Amino acid sequence: MKIVVSSTGSTMDSAVDPRFGRCPTFLIIDTETMSHEAVSNTSIGSAHGAGIGAAQSVAKLNAKAVITGNVGPNAHMALSSAGIEIYTGASGSVRNAVEMFKNGKLSKAGRATVGGHFGQSGRGRGRRT
Amino acid sequence: MKITVASGKGGTGKTLVAVNLALSVEADQVLDCDVEEPNVYIFLQPDKTTVKPVELLVPVIDEAKCTYCRKCAEFCQFNALFVVGETAMVFPELCHSCGGCKLICPVDAITEKPRSIGDIYLGEADGIELVYGKLNIGEALAVPVISAVKEEAKDEGLVILDSAPGSACPVVETVKDTDFCLMVTEPTPFGLHDLEIATEVVSQLGIPLGVVVNFAGIGDRGVYEFCSEKSIPILMEIPYNRRIAELYSDGIPFLKEMPEWRSKFQSLLEKIKEMTR
Repeated sequence: MKIVVSSTGSTMDSAVDPRFGRCPTFLIIDTETMSHEAVSNTSIGSAHGAGIGAAQSVAKLNAKAVITGNVGPNAHMALSSAGIEIYTGASGSVRNAVEMFKNGKLSKAGRATVGGHFGQSGRGRGRRT
Repeated sequence: MKITVASGKGGTGKTLVAVNLALSVEADQVLDCDVEEPNVYIFLQPDKTTVKPVELLVPVIDEAKCTYCRKCAEFCQFNALFVVGETAMVFPELCHSCGGCKLICPVDAITEKPRSIGDIYLGEADGIELVYGKLNIGEALAVPVISAVKEEAKDEGLVILDSAPGSACPVVETVKDTDFCLMVTEPTPFGLHDLEIATEVVSQLGIPLGVVVNFAGIGDRGVYEFCSEKSIPILMEIPYNRRIAELYSDGIPFLKEMPEWRSKFQSLLEKIKEMTR
């Protein structure tokens, strides 16, 4: 099964990025062979809708599931309509997160686990666009 | 003549200055361009306001025609369209209404429909016409509502625009095409930090500016040193005064209780006129 993990780096020992839309790297992993490939998340710099852009990228990779820390409302809607399962609450290394997934220890997110703009840091009242 | 009152930092007294200036010089019109939290109406109390909706055109995809080619989704810089497999979705709140997706669709599957994002209100108080906008709760795009408020601006006479704080798009939209920008700041490191950024934005727009120091007497000399270094004139100082704050919190322009300020605001306008000559 092909899954995608939101990651801070390009190896299996990299830490899981809790943000889906604004993680720097997607690690695409074959859960049977544990072979993996890193793809940069081109949506990281999007002013708006990073989660939707990221979902579009993941859908193009033909992944069946996404493992991340949290997922926002737009990304959740986009991934769900693309038939991609979402598992949240992952932390630690990517390798650890995949093991947890394989052992059924990650929860499937039936809805968004955070509000919009979760992954955007340092925006106070200057959020206005 | 159009004068924008801006600030950088929030809570420095933009509305205080805009309202008291407007009343002192008998301005023809006030435009409250802080559409995320308009408050000039609290002080001017216009009667009989009329309301006009502000709408944006957003795409509607006809799935009977759509071939799911994804050209629209790839074109959209704001990720407002999502196409995967045989699903096409629109996220209207992300749409900036550019109309590009409709143009780029090879099978004409995209039409547009209006979506309400806020309203503008027009009224009159003390002989001053007041126009203000309200962005609907949860909406991200303040600029189209500000632009709708500015469309009501009078071509003649004195128009005072009360800006949102900050230095981002809403401020740029408010300040652009106006004749002068009055920056209200407080003499503190916070006031200075945001004043520096905001003056840089306004200078790049090529609009002459001057500073009003509110809460004068608190803080430090940083704002004064910055203004002197950049040759930005300090046109007025309003002291840190409990009574002014109390009147403000009661929704009363302080001019009404302290009429001696009328001539001070009048001479402020004279200085602005000299600077724009």
